[in-house]
Amino acid sequence: MTYANALVQGLLLGGLFALFACGLSLMFGVMEVINLAHGDIAVAAAYLAVVLVPLTHIPAVWIFVLVVPAFMVGGYFGQRLLIQRSLDEGPVTTLLVTFGLSVVLENVLLEVFTGNDQSLNIGSLVSGSFSVRGVILPYLSIMILGAALVALAAVQFFLSRTKTGRMVRAVADDREAAQLVGADYRHLFGIAAALASGTVALAGLALSMYTTVNPNTGPSYLLYGFAAVVIGGLGSLWGTLLGGMVLGVAMTMGSLVDPDFGAMLPYLVFLAVLAFRPRGLFPKKAIA
Amino acid sequence: MTAVATTGAVSPRNGARSGLVVSRSYQGATWVGAGGVAGVALLAALPLFASQGFVTNLVNLLILVAIATMWNALAGYVGLVSVGQQLYIGTGAYIVLVLAQNGVGAFAGLGLAIVGSALLAIPASWLVFRLSGAYFAIATWVLSQVAMLFVERFTSLGGGTGAPVPGLDVFGPGKLLEYTYWAALGVAVLSVISVYLLLRSRLGLVLTAVRDNEVGARSVGAHVLAAKRVVYVLAAAGCAGAGAVIAISTLDVEPNNVFSVQWTAYMLFAVLIGGIGTIEGPVIGAVAFFVLQQVLAQYNAWYLIVLGCVAMAMAIWARRGVWGLLATRLRLELFPVGYRVRLEERSTKKAGGT
Repeated sequence: MTYANALVQGLLLGGLFALFACGLSLMFGVMEVINLAHGDIAVAAAYLAVVLVPLTHIPAVWIFVLVVPAFMVGGYFGQRLLIQRSLDEGPVTTLLVTFGLSVVLENVLLEVFTGNDQSLNIGSLVSGSFSVRGVILPYLSIMILGAALVALAAVQFFLSRTKTGRMVRAVADDREAAQLVGADYRHLFGIAAALASGTVALAGLALSMYTTVNPNTGPSYLLYGFAAVVIGGLGSLWGTLLGGMVLGVAMTMGSLVDPDFGAMLPYLVFLAVLAFRPRGLFPKKAIA
Repeated sequence: MTAVATTGAVSPRNGARSGLVVSRSYQGATWVGAGGVAGVALLAALPLFASQGFVTNLVNLLILVAIATMWNALAGYVGLVSVGQQLYIGTGAYIVLVLAQNGVGAFAGLGLAIVGSALLAIPASWLVFRLSGAYFAIATWVLSQVAMLFVERFTSLGGGTGAPVPGLDVFGPGKLLEYTYWAALGVAVLSVISVYLLLRSRLGLVLTAVRDNEVGARSVGAHVLAAKRVVYVLAAAGCAGAGAVIAISTLDVEPNNVFSVQWTAYMLFAVLIGGIGTIEGPVIGAVAFFVLQQVLAQYNAWYLIVLGCVAMAMAIWARRGVWGLLATRLRLELFPVGYRVRLEERSTKKAGGT
């Protein structure tokens, strides 16, 4: 029963990892950028929520209504003003700049909010659960997995069904050709970045409901999110969800041995995939 | 150390018959080399007359010079942006700790830490070289996280809180600082010299070619992967040396400190400010970083915020850093690693071009 429980908790936890991975996968799929500040953006969103909830009296569960749009706008301008400039200088510059951004964000949060742990208080929901044949299903984990499914489906829908989404894909496939037919790639990259920023803000909110965050939390979730992308197969959004679930199960199963091993096992799975299946467990068939 | 002076003065005279001389040296290279040797000698003598506080600060600066130089060798020459060099800072520190716990002196342990980490870097390179660009960067980071979580599992090494390095109290406090300083100086100088010698070697030609255009270098048959592996192993050795010095100077090894990604932030900012892809850049960047760190020390983490913004701005708008700007203005190159073509005075034929 312990194993069945760990398996189910792991699968549910996969939703959180997938939520982190979604934006990474999108940014890489569209403009081949890995944003090293991705995890820190999530943490910044969590801190914004911690400030906004007492200020606006909006329940913590609904605070995403304010935070996610704010981060989408931030993501668009961050792309236009900073990432795009570095992109014009070459891929190495983008890495350096996003890493710099990560350090700056972390230290700003540290200076403004101190290094103490913070979390979003969602009342009794945090511990509420029901059980099916002895397997515990916490409401919060199901909500987070649901949010991940909605976010992935929304991004998928945007990319495949809307005019702007198809233009984003066109720019990703062949920028020059897309420009010839009038696509403004800078604007479209901005939109992709806005989506990535919105989903990772959601991930940050989910994380701060699920556990505590502090200014140094970001990088480890960047790494988990990235591992989910690689395990799932580069550029495949639904593969990313499966990758997240593989990681989640590795984490909960490892925690049965001891908690520290639970933190380590997902990385070991990632390195094993890297060594033996570098294209991921679920290689992509269609473009994300 | 003398290698700087002597090799700097050598000027192979190819093509003298056509009137053109290709030389790696330049006028005054001998003097610059001699100045370098004198500078290092002065630095080595420093603990004899400088205050302890100053020497302690210099240890930190020299550590920064070593790791910045190594990071630049990776990112500046072979385009490997690693955000996981703290892996080798950590392995260096932990090798010193384990050896000291088993009765090996910490300074003997330093040498073994360098060799051991370089050996570890070979299988590690096999893994991370499967990826390139950003994927390589993150894989190196994951490796350092795994290494940290791995050593934390050993209670004999102090688990998550770390352990003091035993046996350092046999030196008096004054003597320990002196030895630590000389070890730091040795690691920093060896780092710079090894990168210089690497660039002067046949492999150096491959490295500069890869820096300027990797696809071009591959297409003329350069062994790019082998060159990358050599640099990766060298960078591991240098960072491990720095890690060993960190262990000795802080007297204990904490996993959260030695495996901290903060070290990568330090090396990256120092290199970006000083100038990427040159030998002089990281050294100057490390000094600039260090001075700013000291000046802004009272404002806690704000110095990292300021430096981070400066580094980002320089990465976008002033890619060649402080040294790049100075070197073009003043036509300077302290380390003769490039090639110069000039007209031979004795030649009878008038051939033009540079």
